[in-house]
Amino acid sequence: MDVSLVDWSRAQFALTAIYHWLFVPLTLGLSFIIAFMESIYVKTGDEEWKKITKFWMTLFGVNFAIGVATGIILEFEFGTNWSNYSWFVGDIFGAPLAVEGIMAFFMESTFIAVMFFGWNKVSKKFHLVSTWLVAAGANLSALWILVANAWMQYPTGMHFNPETARNEMLNFWEVLFSPVAINKFLHTVTSGFVLSSVFVVGISAWYLLRKRNQMLAKRSMLIASVFGFVMSLFLILTGDGSARLLARHQPLKFAAMENLYEGQSNAPLVAVGILKNDNTEPKKKDFLMKLEIPGVLSFMAFQNFDAYVPGIRDLVHGNPEQGIISVNEKIAKGKLAIEALKEYKEAGKTGDTAKADSASAVLNSNFKYFGYGYLEKPQDAIPPIGPAFYSFRIMVALGMWFVLLFILTVFFVFFRKPEKIKWYLYLSVLSIPLAYLASETGWLVAEFGRQPWVIQDLMPASAAVSRLTTGSVQTTFILFAVTFTLLLIADIKIMSKQIKIGPKDGGEK
Amino acid sequence: MPVFRKVFNFYYEGFRNMTVGKTLWIIIFIKLFIFFIILKLFFFHDFLGSKFKSDKDKSDYVIEQLLTKPK
Repeated sequence: MDVSLVDWSRAQFALTAIYHWLFVPLTLGLSFIIAFMESIYVKTGDEEWKKITKFWMTLFGVNFAIGVATGIILEFEFGTNWSNYSWFVGDIFGAPLAVEGIMAFFMESTFIAVMFFGWNKVSKKFHLVSTWLVAAGANLSALWILVANAWMQYPTGMHFNPETARNEMLNFWEVLFSPVAINKFLHTVTSGFVLSSVFVVGISAWYLLRKRNQMLAKRSMLIASVFGFVMSLFLILTGDGSARLLARHQPLKFAAMENLYEGQSNAPLVAVGILKNDNTEPKKKDFLMKLEIPGVLSFMAFQNFDAYVPGIRDLVHGNPEQGIISVNEKIAKGKLAIEALKEYKEAGKTGDTAKADSASAVLNSNFKYFGYGYLEKPQDAIPPIGPAFYSFRIMVALGMWFVLLFILTVFFVFFRKPEKIKWYLYLSVLSIPLAYLASETGWLVAEFGRQPWVIQDLMPASAAVSRLTTGSVQTTFILFAVTFTLLLIADIKIMSKQIKIGPKDGGEK
Repeated sequence: MPVFRKVFNFYYEGFRNMTVGKTLWIIIFIKLFIFFIILKLFFFHDFLGSKFKSDKDKSDYVIEQLLTKPK
């Protein structure tokens, strides 16, 4: 099989990110759930809550310890496999990642020690503050990474310096508070909160199935389901915000997620659908079957049921009526920008300032299409439709199931005896892997959907990779696959053991 | 230095009294060894840093790459 360097580099980065993301969301959400539990302990003085807090803290510790530093591999890959990209974005990524490093180091590593070692050494209140600070620190760390990712999806607040071939930050606040960054942060961390809530409900259900630690299980279920339910609503809200931002800033991703080929007013949302190949045009997909909800896609995109949502054909071939230029036109502008960069460099060597100024003006006016200059044909701008379409539906369907699960949990804990409702308990346990699946498919939608870009419209993956041998990337791909799989096995084994052991001192009055 | 002694004792006793934590620390150290010693040292060199000394050379190389990649 002839798989290119670009595809292997993509696969390697995807593998690392997927594995890294298996550890992160539980840290983000469980830290807050623990903080709620400890707050109740401090408020009531009930020792049972302390045992519950310490039990979940142990699982948090296992996940944190196994997952910590798995993200550093992504930074290795930036420098080795994506050196053109790293150079191109250098100044933009530098600031957020530096803040992340400082924050992660000082906040998390300081207060996490108090959280684990300080139970009988510091006051209850100081310990509680430390627990909250660990939760805040973990989530703030995520902020900086997500700001960097959001910039790649919606580059803003910078200026391209043709002298150095680097983007230089003009406005830090514009990068930090870009609507895409804010929405991405809120949506992503909230998804971590929901995953963690499902995790706690699922493990608690397992205890109830085993008829042990019932007080721990029911109390944990209550906290997790209320937290999970509220966060699920917020997740839907931020998901809705994502749709509007995508429609505006990444319309091809939006159209690919829906497999909307022909743009239309009162565009329907495909609730359920099966795709099939359509050979009339490259990358085109048709539906084998679909179930649509009229007008909803228009509303999701523009809060107007009659709004026109551009389809893949409009975005690729252009639609003058809707003011959409074709990818071919963008490719021409991109090539102009690249040619202007070449002229600028040549003018610099000969000292021809007039030519340099003129080239710089052409580059600046076409820079927003710079990346299109690397595309060979218009269809190269279309992301992989199948993965984006299915991932989005899996994510949303599971998200809806979790809302129902949380409602059922609250209802059963308050009004029934959940330990006697076996089907609910089995479904809760089964929901743990589903929560991870939903979380990962969320990333797949975001990352498949933005292909071929590593930086939206400015740099495709093909221009971003280092010229390494494919063999070296394959080697590290295998190394990562083995290392991360071993880490995941260790995580599951140690965590399962701790769950089987249960809380210290029995966990029941 | 009672403050430093207190901090040291806090961590020292904390680590000593760990149960599952000891296994985790072993995993963390093995992991960091694999990441920083094996992977970083042998497989993940800084591509531009290993080829060029100055930022000027790096930017010239990247520009050359950006200019030669378009089809």
